[in-house]
Amino acid sequence: MAADIDAGVKHRDDAPVTTSKEVHSDRALLAETVTINRPAQELYDFWRDPTNLLMVMDNIKAIELIDETRSRWTVKAPAGHEVSWESVVTKDVPGEEITWQSAPGGDVANSGRIEFRDAGTRGTVVRAAIAYDPPGGTIGQFIAKLFQREPRIQTRRDLRRFKQLMETGEIATSARTMTQFEEEQA
Amino acid sequence: MRALTWHGKHDVRVDTVADPEIINPRDAIIKITATAICGSDLHLYDGYIPTMKAGDILGHEFMGEVVEVGSKSTLQRGEKVVVPFTIACGSCYHCGKQQYSACDNGNPADNQDIGRELYGQPMSGLFGYSHMTGGYAGGQAEYVRVPFSDVGPIVVPDDIEDEKVLFLSDILPTGWMAAENAQIEPGDTVAVWGCGPVGLFAVQSAFLLGAARVIAIDHFPHRLELAKRFGAETINFEESKTYEALMEMTGGIGPDAVIDAVGLEAHGFFVDNVVDQIKASMFLGTDRIHSIRQAILACRKGGRVSMPAVYGGFVDKFPLGAFMEKGLTLKTGQTHVQHYMPALLNAIVEGKIDTTFLISHTLPLEQAPDGYKMFHDNQNEVTKVVLKPDLAMAAE
Repeated sequence: MAADIDAGVKHRDDAPVTTSKEVHSDRALLAETVTINRPAQELYDFWRDPTNLLMVMDNIKAIELIDETRSRWTVKAPAGHEVSWESVVTKDVPGEEITWQSAPGGDVANSGRIEFRDAGTRGTVVRAAIAYDPPGGTIGQFIAKLFQREPRIQTRRDLRRFKQLMETGEIATSARTMTQFEEEQA
Repeated sequence: MRALTWHGKHDVRVDTVADPEIINPRDAIIKITATAICGSDLHLYDGYIPTMKAGDILGHEFMGEVVEVGSKSTLQRGEKVVVPFTIACGSCYHCGKQQYSACDNGNPADNQDIGRELYGQPMSGLFGYSHMTGGYAGGQAEYVRVPFSDVGPIVVPDDIEDEKVLFLSDILPTGWMAAENAQIEPGDTVAVWGCGPVGLFAVQSAFLLGAARVIAIDHFPHRLELAKRFGAETINFEESKTYEALMEMTGGIGPDAVIDAVGLEAHGFFVDNVVDQIKASMFLGTDRIHSIRQAILACRKGGRVSMPAVYGGFVDKFPLGAFMEKGLTLKTGQTHVQHYMPALLNAIVEGKIDTTFLISHTLPLEQAPDGYKMFHDNQNEVTKVVLKPDLAMAAE
């Protein structure tokens, strides 16, 4: 069974469960939140087509649509290797939320949710939560590195790029020449 | 193209590097006609700012001619523009509030991590000022790539001299915002620590905003002389005791507002400053803050503290008690340049503000390393160095 995004611990305060100080060695859960100065529906529409996410996510080699709810994700690994899994949308509330879960048999079990909450004149609060089971084996070590080293930072960077693209129509770069830019993208 | 590059403490060189290109739709390429060395460039030169890499192109005060535009730029080829040192997108929440230096999007995503760790939230991108603020190449070069060119650069009249408008890029708006942050009321006495370019523009701006008296504090006689020209009274802290002088000059009340235009490399042989310097040299602390300590102690009760000076890290012995007990207000921040540019350009065109007095030296870009050295070593006479790529080299 893949990591469950909803298997949270009970809390006494109002802080999000992802900020809990309790440590669970058998699973990892993280969330990042960003406010984007665009309407929720527009942001949802972008996210609902997973192939768009290639523009804002690092490390992703390919995202293929299988059907309306299923997509195959392929992630770059060192020495020409790659890992992949099939992701299934398990809940879809147009303009508000998308929840997904990896199908059995993938290289890494994971689940996640992205929520879009109207924030009035400030735009939309976007929250991405991801849960995953730390895998074993050699490929598992790579996955662990990919996801565990700074999974939170990676998610945060992806959300920042998403925000930049939606708010400004482009993704900020300090590259000075196209050659530099392509090296950074590689 | 030729460009001034940073290689380490007190090591800057003019190198040949690849010309910049349009990368994003809102970009423009500017051919530099004039650029200046800023006092805050000396913090880079002295090695105080972290996240610099060898080969980084410096320079955040520059202007020139538009030579290439991306598909979404609103600039036209041939237009003469001055470029703000803050890189702001114009579409995020902060830009909407005209808080351009707090722009969410000007800094590339990966470069925002350090600001987030160090300050809690990342700041906007800046030209030529370390990788923490984006790693953008600066304008002490023949050409520069300007992102979000539909928001930042201001088009200036073709027939106006570069020298009259160049400082719209940073120090003039910075001096103006410093005075604005001092929330000056008619009849106020304002004290300004530091008569570098920002301090001198703050003196001018404070009078324009209604101050009755401005007291300028420095130890370079030439700089104090310039402050005097704008009507300031002066205190040379090597000749007089600053706090005592301020008390006598303000009837024992203290200045209504104080402006720290010195920053993290405060000069002078004061006990706290020497301790700060030792700590900075051992990386136990980063900033030397004598001027802001003294400003807080001198400020009248319930007064305002404005801090345009650049600080980067952590400080010791910040007089938090005095700050609280006296009920002071502190306003500070990197300048929201885009917000101030249009009105200040008008003031220049109408002759209400003149900034050309500041320029003490004009050099070809090729001699930029000499410019850094003389600005660093002789701050009394060298008030501002302007670099021009097209200027012929001085005869050997």
